[in-house]
Amino acid sequence: MPSYIELPAYEIVKRIKDQELMAEDYIASLYERIKKVEKDIHAYITLTEDLALKKAREIDKKVKQREKTGRLCGVGIAIKDNICTRGIRTTCASHMLEDFVPPYDATVISRIKDEDGVIMGKANMDEFAMGSSTEFSYFGPTHNPWDLGRVPGGSSGGSAAAVASGMATLALGSDTGGSIRCPASFCSVVGLKPTYGLVSRFGLIAYANSLEQIGPITKDVRDCALLLSCIASHDPLDNTSVDRPQEDYTKYLIDDVDGMKLGVVKEFFGEGTQDSVEKGVLEAITKLEELGSDHQEISLKSLQYALPSYYIIAMSEASSNLARYDGLRYGYRIPNKSYDWSTVYSKNRRFGFGFEVKRRIILGTFALSTGYYDEYYLKAQKIRTLIKRDFDMAFKKFDVLIGPTMPILPFKIGEKVQDPLKMYMCDVDSVPANLAGIPSISIPCGFSKGLPIGFQIMAPPFREDLLLRVAFSFQKNFPVSAKLRSYE
Amino acid sequence: MSKIKSVEIKIGLEVHCQLTNLKTKLFCSCSSDYREKEPNTLICPICMGMPGTLPVLNEKALEDAIMVAIALNSKISERMLFFRKNYFYPDMPKNFQISQYDKAGGVPLALGGYIQINGKKVRIRRIQLEEDPGKLSYEGTIESSTYALVDYNRAGIALIEIVTEPDMETPKEARLFLEKLRSILEHLGISNGSLEGSMRCDANISLRGGKRVEIKNISSFKEVERALNFEITRQKSLIERGIAVGQETRHWDEVRRITISLRTKEEEQDYRYFPEPDLVPVIISKDQIKKIEQSMPELPDERRKRFIEQYHLSPQTAEILTHSKAMADFFEESAKLYDKPREISNWLTVEFLSYLHDRGIEIDELTLSPKHLVDMLKLIDEGIISRKMARSVLQDMLLTGKMPDAIVKEKGLEKILDREYVRRIVEKIFKENPQAVKDAIVDKKAINYLMGQLMKATEGKIDPKMAGEIIRERLSKLSKFATS
Repeated sequence: MPSYIELPAYEIVKRIKDQELMAEDYIASLYERIKKVEKDIHAYITLTEDLALKKAREIDKKVKQREKTGRLCGVGIAIKDNICTRGIRTTCASHMLEDFVPPYDATVISRIKDEDGVIMGKANMDEFAMGSSTEFSYFGPTHNPWDLGRVPGGSSGGSAAAVASGMATLALGSDTGGSIRCPASFCSVVGLKPTYGLVSRFGLIAYANSLEQIGPITKDVRDCALLLSCIASHDPLDNTSVDRPQEDYTKYLIDDVDGMKLGVVKEFFGEGTQDSVEKGVLEAITKLEELGSDHQEISLKSLQYALPSYYIIAMSEASSNLARYDGLRYGYRIPNKSYDWSTVYSKNRRFGFGFEVKRRIILGTFALSTGYYDEYYLKAQKIRTLIKRDFDMAFKKFDVLIGPTMPILPFKIGEKVQDPLKMYMCDVDSVPANLAGIPSISIPCGFSKGLPIGFQIMAPPFREDLLLRVAFSFQKNFPVSAKLRSYE
Repeated sequence: MSKIKSVEIKIGLEVHCQLTNLKTKLFCSCSSDYREKEPNTLICPICMGMPGTLPVLNEKALEDAIMVAIALNSKISERMLFFRKNYFYPDMPKNFQISQYDKAGGVPLALGGYIQINGKKVRIRRIQLEEDPGKLSYEGTIESSTYALVDYNRAGIALIEIVTEPDMETPKEARLFLEKLRSILEHLGISNGSLEGSMRCDANISLRGGKRVEIKNISSFKEVERALNFEITRQKSLIERGIAVGQETRHWDEVRRITISLRTKEEEQDYRYFPEPDLVPVIISKDQIKKIEQSMPELPDERRKRFIEQYHLSPQTAEILTHSKAMADFFEESAKLYDKPREISNWLTVEFLSYLHDRGIEIDELTLSPKHLVDMLKLIDEGIISRKMARSVLQDMLLTGKMPDAIVKEKGLEKILDREYVRRIVEKIFKENPQAVKDAIVDKKAINYLMGQLMKATEGKIDPKMAGEIIRERLSKLSKFATS
């Protein structure tokens, strides 16, 4: 096994640009790795080997001819399968979109192509990003690279597992209520959910538009800053994208937290938090203190309502977003029979959607109905406002807030699929950042009984610099070793 | 049959107007020029609502809508929101419509306002921006067809919805309101009401404070009047038979000219309105409104006032002329070429209007130009044709679009101006009617018979004034002989 599948992206870029490494050889070695371990892990729904190798050869040619190359020069990237890729099927892990080939690229995909990134394939996920374990995929679950009997987290489980198992150097995920950070935590990689509006959502197949962002899933913090720099920029195609100058986030990779004030969120250590997780995160906090930062506990009372508020808003938006999948213009369609249109619609949706998706559509439809709207949707929005306010107050006292990413260690495949409430409870620590629209990063902080623990850092809107600084300092001084396994 | 006074009828309208002057759709850059186009050629992933696509507001549409709100005296929201209206229907690619809402925390573009019709204010409830759905077509009728075809070219076209208070009391008032609204939109230059389907409306009506019935699928202003008249008759007969009118939505069947029940109150859809998360709230500043206000063209009411002052027209005449932009434009074009504006307005408000009304068309649909009318008026002035002849010339012009002098020549309608020729005819008439001549010498009133004979002989192509002069001239010669 050539060692460069273990290298971070910035090393790969340097070697390819310096002609020490052929992009083609490196990409081929990633596919070799895929051939070895994909059968055990199942991180991908679609692989694009021919396209990737072709692109790699183009890059090698560019390098050789001393043409300008991008910041992701030759790096193999896994793309979550809810991000549209022109000419490459984009399924959302759903039977409904099993054969859907978008005629357009998501804005982030155009950016990656501009930076000479190489798309490895489309990563597995929970259907329509609805889930926390990647078990709700029409194409079957992804397995955690650290324990194949366990889930990789979700919904971007394929993306995180691909990076953690050396089947991609970088990955893109999307995070609606923790879908980047949860699998990052469960797979011991770095995952960042940017501030709402920082990264264009054009081409991201919507689950809950007001909450979600595309973000990087990477081996380390430097790669995270690199990929974020490539994808974060204003996009006129996304009305919610914020018009601000483009940044090079790698300049915030500063090993210095001296005097920084960290707020430890009390509610993140509530009932349901496993001791091993609590212990791991508290140790990380102590380590950060060793580096000169101060920490103090803070309570954000409104967070006790974050989970129900999140699920009501997400499901309400989802019920409307997913209405377009009726099988008329694209997507799954029952064999042609003479039914009236409404029967055709119900049948297409009945067979095209999986169980969890249907559950959320029905709950969301209910929450928006006359007579219940005020009770549910409006109330959830009010709580959202309160949560934002609580975060604003907290950030007056603290530079960043920290806590566990997930209250629990990766659980066993099949353990929670029958109990949606237990599954939803996993998101208790990740949804607040989505409701408040603030940036949040999950970084590995160790293992417990061979299972990864991640901890979460949150910052005020558009202060990704602070997240990267704290995360980088931690990673530099207390690296968590994570050797690739062979699965043989 | 008991009489229901007009005050007991309450009519409200919900009008959808396409912003037809826009080049692109409301949320994408597809061409909005969809009429007569190959189906499903003016579409893109955004207006087709394909996965991952997002709407971006057409700024020009917003400006146009603000202009309408200013023209209708409405209060423009400082911060307006788009809402999703959720329902499944094959003409809607997303199975929701991006619209606006005035409940559940929604803020539409503008609230309040009014339109004045014949001195009466019809209040506006709200004005909002929304997208048009696509178009379904059936083979034959909706009932008999075994399939439907969908054309999404229209999907995403910018619409403004104008909802009135139930301030209209007769179906005619409803039609006048719509005509006035159309005139305003046309003066603003944002919508061409003569394009098929560019203005559509739903009407609601209640009698004697009874339940509200909504009528959908009304295609033209004339049909609005018809549908409402039918509905009044239907509801009256229910009331007379002691049957309560229930709240329901009815469908206007244009062919059978009846309304048919679509659904009752209990069956009303729940649209599950909620804020559109893909579009940020739109902030409309006072400066922006001011800027738009300053760039606004003249509106019908202002134009009416100007017509009274500038052309010395009566208020009624000015109102009629400015009721339609095309008519007002025709008048002003004519007035530029001919400086007797009242003469022009007389012909327009009488002869032209009745012709247009009979055919249900607008003046700009005629092949007739202001020059036609002006040339005809000049022929009258020159004494070449009489007023009476002018009427028949006008009818010919309206039908054929030929210039008046050509019609006059073709039909030999010129007046006889040759006095010697007339004298010869008079001579002949005098010879043939000796008794009448004698009578006329003694009794001046008896001249009328001779006049009649002269007119008959010349097929009326003679100026009556000249005819009288020549007959009297001849008579006076005779009477000289008689007395001497």
